[in-house]
Amino acid sequence: MHFNLRIFRYGDIPEDKSGGELQQSASTKNDWPLWEVFIRSKQGLDHKHVGSLHAADAQMAIENARDVYTRRMEGVSIWVVESKHVHASLPEEAGSLYDPAQDKIYRHPTFYDLPDEVNHM
Amino acid sequence: MTLLPGLLYLADTTLILSHRNSEWCGHGPVLEQDIAISNMSLDLIGQCRNFYQYAADLQGNGATEDSMAYLRTGREFKNLLAELPKGDWGFTTLRQYLFSQFQYLQFRQLSKHKDERLAAIAAKSFKETTYHLRWSREWVIRLGDGTAESHARMAAALKEMWPYTGEMFMTAQPDEALGLNLAMLQQEWEQEVKQVFGEAKLDMPHGVFMHSGGKSGRHTEHLGFILAEMQYMQRAYPGCEW
Repeated sequence: MHFNLRIFRYGDIPEDKSGGELQQSASTKNDWPLWEVFIRSKQGLDHKHVGSLHAADAQMAIENARDVYTRRMEGVSIWVVESKHVHASLPEEAGSLYDPAQDKIYRHPTFYDLPDEVNHM
Repeated sequence: MTLLPGLLYLADTTLILSHRNSEWCGHGPVLEQDIAISNMSLDLIGQCRNFYQYAADLQGNGATEDSMAYLRTGREFKNLLAELPKGDWGFTTLRQYLFSQFQYLQFRQLSKHKDERLAAIAAKSFKETTYHLRWSREWVIRLGDGTAESHARMAAALKEMWPYTGEMFMTAQPDEALGLNLAMLQQEWEQEVKQVFGEAKLDMPHGVFMHSGGKSGRHTEHLGFILAEMQYMQRAYPGCEW
């Protein structure tokens, strides 16, 4: 009995409607998993997502990220996370998740009278 | 003693190895590694430019980094025997490892050189080399201790390459010019390589005949082909720029 499993990973943008990548037997170079890369541009700032890349393991992912994403002095620290560990909200649920905030303007702190001395609010 | 022969040896070696690694550009096994090896080629080009510029200043007579790289003949090139074809990915990464391990120790010595300009170039290059070493060591271990095929390829690459490693530690004019302590370099190098080979499940070769001649300008037949390709434009159209 033979099954073709389709593995969906965050970051896969399939051309065909079925999506996902076909799971293949080991040892094709495409087997390298996808990693999400986060770079801290300077001390004190947050790590920001900059993109993704393929690598065989975490060590290689960091080295690849160093070579691909920091060659123009973009960063001082790198995080990598295997993409399959990232859980994403579903686009179909966007309505129920985000739309309800639209008519809750009172959640923005815009109804306070601020003294003139307070700038940059 | 003038530094000139030593500078040419450092410059030529990094130029030739850079050229070999650059042949992977657009042909790397995966995009990320293609960029990695190309970055490394650029690092090596940067190093060789610094050495050539210094050498040109010492030589005078209108010499420039370009005339050093493009208008010297094969017999005048003093590089280590780094001109062997790039082979497969295993061969390339193994050569890079053995050389980076050497360069790492060599630059560490040179960064304390009494000549300030040489010491500054070595100190700058040392950081780059530290990364090359880390990257290439990873690959040697990954492939040596990988699948049956990757191990067999690494073992074959090692067998082919090893006879060309001995010259690093054979004293010649460039080493004397640089005042390198080769005995110490060799001891440190072998100790490190042995440890990495242990992790990579590769046997350290013993009692193998070692080639020499690169440091005095006697090269394998491969160097002529590299120079022909590299120097063609300047030879055919002297002084051309673009």
